[in-house]
Amino acid sequence: MSESRDLFSKFDDIIQTRENLLASGVEDPFSLVMEKVLSPTRAICNGRDTILLGTYNYMGMTFDPDVIEAGKQALDNFGSGTTGSRVLNGTYQGHKECEEALKEFYAMDHAMVFSTGYQANLGIISTIAGKEDYIVLDIDSHASIWDGCSLGNAQIVPFKHNDIEALEKRLRRIPEGAGKLVVLEGVYSMLGDIAPLKEMIAVSKKYGAMVLVDEAHSMGFIGEHGRGVAEAQGVLDDVDFVIGTFSKSVGTVGGFCVSNHPKFEIMRLVCRPYVFTASLPPSVVATAATSIRKLMHGSNKRAHLWENSKRLHSGLTDMGFTLGTEEPQSAIVAVIMPDLEKGAAMWEALLKEGLYVNLARPPATPANMTLLRCSLCAEHSSEEVETILGMFERAGKAVGII
Amino acid sequence: MDRAEVDATIRTLIEPFNKKGIDIADGTTFAGDLEFDSLTVMDFVAAIEDEFDIIISMNQQAEIENYGQLVDAVSKLQGE
Repeated sequence: MSESRDLFSKFDDIIQTRENLLASGVEDPFSLVMEKVLSPTRAICNGRDTILLGTYNYMGMTFDPDVIEAGKQALDNFGSGTTGSRVLNGTYQGHKECEEALKEFYAMDHAMVFSTGYQANLGIISTIAGKEDYIVLDIDSHASIWDGCSLGNAQIVPFKHNDIEALEKRLRRIPEGAGKLVVLEGVYSMLGDIAPLKEMIAVSKKYGAMVLVDEAHSMGFIGEHGRGVAEAQGVLDDVDFVIGTFSKSVGTVGGFCVSNHPKFEIMRLVCRPYVFTASLPPSVVATAATSIRKLMHGSNKRAHLWENSKRLHSGLTDMGFTLGTEEPQSAIVAVIMPDLEKGAAMWEALLKEGLYVNLARPPATPANMTLLRCSLCAEHSSEEVETILGMFERAGKAVGII
Repeated sequence: MDRAEVDATIRTLIEPFNKKGIDIADGTTFAGDLEFDSLTVMDFVAAIEDEFDIIISMNQQAEIENYGQLVDAVSKLQGE
């Protein structure tokens, strides 16, 4: 009889890293509990009144009275859940209304709602690119994009982050006649930088590739109508598939794909992460639809969010912090930490000041960086942003980063 | 280009990535012996792709564990 092998032994390294970090006495950055949520920008976290600066709640829709009322009504009228797949008993009026709202928001012909943004990428990417096809993607793509590649059978070809020439070289070398899908993101969530979509999409089209753009971190905020970076750069018409999420600007949970492809509706029958899971609860699609419609008229909020992003970026730069981008490009401001220990210490110091940010570390981060990721909200007041800057200054000095 | 020429070219390309100056034989592994992380792999693969004007997809990379397998794969790909 052979000795049994513990399947968990492969996690020993990460268990050790975590134990070392906690042994230093730092609060666990990955076990934070929000006991009460007071508003889109404030909560009681681990017992402290805390300003939220790491929630992706860009447009602050989570406590919008119309959104909440729509959810309550749907809960009363349609119940707490659908208990069914979209293709069986899980398509309610609310799901169709949500898809109508998306079609209007993006001015596109088709919209398909998934249970999460992760599943939208997983489903669309794995389904449309088959065994003989090539997926060309940015090396810093989100996990849901990589997992979509893993779930499918296509040839996977990554290129250096935001490198137009590297993309073109790879497209040029793909064998004649092969199907090609280029996968890009509008905003890359780790550093908050945007992609040169105009140039990249032009190159992709030159080589006959279809283009999918994940606009999770730009919806509602970037572009004249809040349609994202592709809209801001004037190339939305050349995007074949836009992937998005309800868990950021929309303020609930869910994912979607919008497209003008004439055969798009067949996805509902062939896309496994759409078919083999339960649909979103009625209250969720009702809040999403209401929120999406309100975001169509959110230009004042968008302007204030830009103000916040610019002020935080310039304030932190002036204090001597190293940021992920030289100029503010989105509502994400990433503060680069010297290492994980200092990053965790800084994260804890900020939490004790009453500020929540995201601690991001490898392997989720590019180039093995440790980051304190700040995501701003349109509901942060200008005064709150000044308060936040004061917290960063005190914490940064206490930890010895500035 | 025959296998020996491909070998010689890749030997030159790998130098800047072989930080510890490991002696490279056909059995030398990238993850184990050379301790390449994912970023190093990407840069190294890009250097080879540019030199030979080929694509080595991640699916193909998954089959390549050691130096000899890489030389074989590149020899085959540049012949196609």
